[in-house]
Amino acid sequence: MTFEVMRPKYVGARVQRKEDPRLLSGSGRYAADVQPTRALHVAILRSDYAHALIRSINLDLARAMPGVIDVIDGEALASELKPLYATSRMTGYKPTALWPLARDRVRYVGEPVVAVVATDRYLAEDARAAIQIEYAALPAVTDANLSLTAQSDFLHPEHGSNLLVSRNFSRGNIEQAISEAFRVVSGQYRFTRTTPVAIEPRAYTAEWDRRLARLTLHSATQAPGIIRDALAEVLELNGPSIRVLAADVGGGFGGKVSLYPEEVIVCFLAQKLTRSVKYVSDRQEDLISTTQAFDQTVKAEMALDSSGRILGIRASILGDAGAYSIYPWTAALEPMQIAGFLPGPYQVPSYEADVQVVATNKTPSGPYRGVGRPGACFILERLIDKAAKEFGIDPLEFRRKNLVQPDQFPYKTGSGIVWDKSGFIECLDLAAEVIDYTTLKDNRDAAKAAGRWFGIGIASYAELTGLGSRMSAAPGMPINTGTESASVEIDATGSVIATFGTASIGQGLETTLAQIVADEIGVRPEDVTIVHGDSAAITHSTGSYASRSTVLAGGAAHKAGKEVREKLLKAAGFLMDCELLELEIEDGVVRQPATNKVLSFKDIGRAVYSEMGRFPLALRQELDLRATSFYDPEFGTTTSATHIATVDIDPETFEVRVLRYVAAEDCGRVINPQIVEGQVQGGVAQGIGVALMEEVIHDPQGQIFTASLVDYLVPSAAEVPSIEAVHLEAFAAGTIGGYRGMGEGGTIGAPAAVANAIADALSHLNIDITELPATPERLFRLVTTANQEKA
Amino acid sequence: MLNRRTITLNVNGEAHELEVEPRHLLADALREGLGLTGTHIGCEHGVCGACTILLDGESIRSCLLLAVQAEGHEITTVEGLGDSNHLNFLQQKFREHHALQCGFCTPGMLMTATELLNQRTSLTERDIRDALSGNLCRCTGYDHIIAAISEAIAETSGAGP
Repeated sequence: MTFEVMRPKYVGARVQRKEDPRLLSGSGRYAADVQPTRALHVAILRSDYAHALIRSINLDLARAMPGVIDVIDGEALASELKPLYATSRMTGYKPTALWPLARDRVRYVGEPVVAVVATDRYLAEDARAAIQIEYAALPAVTDANLSLTAQSDFLHPEHGSNLLVSRNFSRGNIEQAISEAFRVVSGQYRFTRTTPVAIEPRAYTAEWDRRLARLTLHSATQAPGIIRDALAEVLELNGPSIRVLAADVGGGFGGKVSLYPEEVIVCFLAQKLTRSVKYVSDRQEDLISTTQAFDQTVKAEMALDSSGRILGIRASILGDAGAYSIYPWTAALEPMQIAGFLPGPYQVPSYEADVQVVATNKTPSGPYRGVGRPGACFILERLIDKAAKEFGIDPLEFRRKNLVQPDQFPYKTGSGIVWDKSGFIECLDLAAEVIDYTTLKDNRDAAKAAGRWFGIGIASYAELTGLGSRMSAAPGMPINTGTESASVEIDATGSVIATFGTASIGQGLETTLAQIVADEIGVRPEDVTIVHGDSAAITHSTGSYASRSTVLAGGAAHKAGKEVREKLLKAAGFLMDCELLELEIEDGVVRQPATNKVLSFKDIGRAVYSEMGRFPLALRQELDLRATSFYDPEFGTTTSATHIATVDIDPETFEVRVLRYVAAEDCGRVINPQIVEGQVQGGVAQGIGVALMEEVIHDPQGQIFTASLVDYLVPSAAEVPSIEAVHLEAFAAGTIGGYRGMGEGGTIGAPAAVANAIADALSHLNIDITELPATPERLFRLVTTANQEKA
Repeated sequence: MLNRRTITLNVNGEAHELEVEPRHLLADALREGLGLTGTHIGCEHGVCGACTILLDGESIRSCLLLAVQAEGHEITTVEGLGDSNHLNFLQQKFREHHALQCGFCTPGMLMTATELLNQRTSLTERDIRDALSGNLCRCTGYDHIIAAISEAIAETSGAGP
């Protein structure tokens, strides 16, 4: 079966977004915008301690405060509901009990301990200040190495250590590769902790329907389906009793794709009090309690033969999961992704990686745009540049030589990932051409000769997107993330409605999915109503994350759209008394060119549903204008890219300015070029933040220093350069529609490209960039040390 | 604590009477009191710019002003620009240039840009980037926002940069 749209009219076009009119006029509906009648407001008291036993909790004063309706702690909840565990089939993995409110012990600063419900948020916060808790502090561990070797004071004493995951991957013979190598380059790399910082802080409004005695949770989530299923489990409800709605979500980036304690708390309270209950986090809460990311230390070495070909890579990865293994992704997610993607887009015959993940007294970590691959790309691309320098080969040529070549696809990497045919070398060449690499190198040499700290950085990567059922999104995860569905229908008024399980987090899916349906059926995108972000609208879905929505939901849209078109033609053919092949559909009208007879969708909808007497009885039994399809791409597909950045470093302030940035990527067929460009630019801006300024900092006691946007810096318009995103489609992807996922790539390539450019700018001092972000302070220390060693 | 008073807020050309506590933030009064949820709250400490509104034509953070302080002033929120069926000139530029993704920072961006546009002076790209540096966007990487505003300014200021 092929799914080529014969004459795509809208797929590939710069169609203006359907989402925009509501979002531009302040008419969006984010979770905090929902204002149910007589809603109650929740304030959460969070732990001030990174690690402590809870000796006593006194809620009496708080209960007596004005407007207070209820105050609950972990014990009150424990008698009413079950804890959740992020389970995995992975051997040696240890899950942690996830309670919405801490019981007996707190494990990170920011962990929810008590929930106060009052008639408004100000009063709830007043009462929160009156709660008295006595803690007995325990030694906190915030360093992964110390956590690994700790002999006591474990976070989860039932496990007898802080080690949550221990795994080894190997392929080929790495010992031999290293012992026989002509050269070995190595380094120890640190990818510090970051946090997603969606501009919308997390917010949850549980609306209680008195008539039906059931809940609607308006949630700032990327995954309404996952949250619905998890809440049904925790609260022991059947599916229809809990509807999760995410109408508009103010950015996700992975920070809104896990189940959060506050989601359980507002639903529990709404049920208990039979009132609507709302929780809106403030920025400080968001910075200390939204899942954080990265925080890995990786020792890596690369063996090379005398011609500069990679023989093998060996790595040991120590991941810091924070206090809990989060639902559903587990603590293994990111460090395992680093191990999986460290061989990158290169030919690496031998590979070995050790992965260890420990619990520490920090905020739980979870997915963040790129998941593991920004770190893997940073480490690998630093090694590549170091190797190129050792061999005296231009970094671009060194990559060209070692990348998987067009005739080697499908290529199985050292970690077992299989790359399908994608434009690895084509992206490298395109990026070099767009930035005029040859001239740029001359300019760089002239600038350096004039004393400027100017550098060029390249990063190539590949990622698996649109994962199907044979590739787990997280290792050993028990829930299926390999399918999405589309339900397409033409209703009795002749309107086209398409329903999906994805969520509107800014990626423009209402537009791109409408473009696909429009082409399949023969209407304009503005005439397709997209329903998504609503768990009640679908049977099963897991949502929008992992660069999967367009591939999976888009593929399903092609299938369902095609089926509805066939049904429509069948009905029209009968009504117009002609052969189906004679009919054309365009802009919502079915036409028989020979006779110029036309029928609008409205005419056909009315005939099918309201004037069924016009059809013979046998046809009436089977005729409707709707179809539901699931799409499972089995393995997924490969997206590839090369980024090239130039930087200038101020030798006095050590400020790094990114001057030019080119990203050339192959994401398969483009549905909407403007949206693709926006995704790449936004991803790169986040990656520049990772490279230069974003870092969550804890002190040794586990107190967080970066709990405001004054201390945790994200890039503003003044720091981000203009980003040139160029696209190519080297080979047809095997997915329906030919799409490859592309929501995360920008963030994967940018930290490495910028780090390499900084190292190039400081090449006269032979400085290795091993730790990001490359803040002025870090660069000052590196340069000072290098100068002392030189002297 | 529960000392409440009645104030009048002039928002988007309409006078609204509402009861507030002196400590209530203007952003909360607009959203909760008047139901104008287009003004978004992103940080409550004046950094992200999502809650930017115009007060007598000047951009301010509605999370850093108390509702009672806004009495007697003219407030413009995003709802005072075009509605979804009649986007104004600037909103249309944002749409044409794909200058928004999730839309959460967008009302604040639009209000800051409205102030820039009202100044009717030509600005370089650098000027616009600096002027927008108090409005954080996490989705777009800013390029498309800068393009939308540059074009809007170029078409209204009567002078090229």
